[in-house]
Amino acid sequence: MAENVKPRVRVPKTASAGEVITIKTLISHQMESGQRKDKDGNVIPRSIINHFSVSFNGAPVLDVAMEPAISTNPYFEFEAKVPESGEFLFTWKDDDGSVYEDRQSIEVS
Amino acid sequence: MMMDRRDVLVSGTSAAALGMLPWAALAQDAEPEKTLEELIAEFTGGAEVTEGEGIMLDAPEIAENGNTVPISVEAEGASEILVLAPGNPVLPVATFKFGELAGKHAASTRIRLAQTQDVTAVAKLADGKFVRTAANVKVTIGGCGG
Repeated sequence: MAENVKPRVRVPKTASAGEVITIKTLISHQMESGQRKDKDGNVIPRSIINHFSVSFNGAPVLDVAMEPAISTNPYFEFEAKVPESGEFLFTWKDDDGSVYEDRQSIEVS
Repeated sequence: MMMDRRDVLVSGTSAAALGMLPWAALAQDAEPEKTLEELIAEFTGGAEVTEGEGIMLDAPEIAENGNTVPISVEAEGASEILVLAPGNPVLPVATFKFGELAGKHAASTRIRLAQTQDVTAVAKLADGKFVRTAANVKVTIGGCGG
């Protein structure tokens, strides 16, 4: 069910030390809620991304437990503090056990 | 909410492809497993929850398409924010946990709403107290005033 899952993340390239930056993430996923039925009346099984987390150089930024009420192509916008140059790690976990990751580095001057 | 043109197109077409009617139509016949208050009590561990002060939930008054409703929550210094949709077949929407490098303790996302309802958010503040707030969202199915 989880084909063509593509994370897209927007992180500024540079920041000053201690600056709070805005991060936007989008991942293409149908987020099948488990509530819908197909033409024959059978329930289409739930298949969603159930967890999303962000860390910076290993320190936690945000952790989201997701339910089927999150829309198709889950989108998150949030803020993070960047004390030093480093790398953001974004992780999405799928119901089917797949894990999708994206990394973005930022230069702190 | 800031979206570029591509985002709008992507979310728009996929919402249309999924079809918004089946999900909304099914909402009524599925019984929620736990009530709103039970879920809040589970989150707080039975602690007292005050209304308003210290938490903000931003949602549109009218959502033409219940399949993708932009919301944002913010609670200064909160460690966790729980978002619930009491009118949905599955009440919990998301739980946000903020880590040490979180900037403002705020997040925006897009959620599904089965019908007109009071979207509710509960936050655990830095001092261990709990606050809640709600925002009424009118969902007009099909965009022609359902």
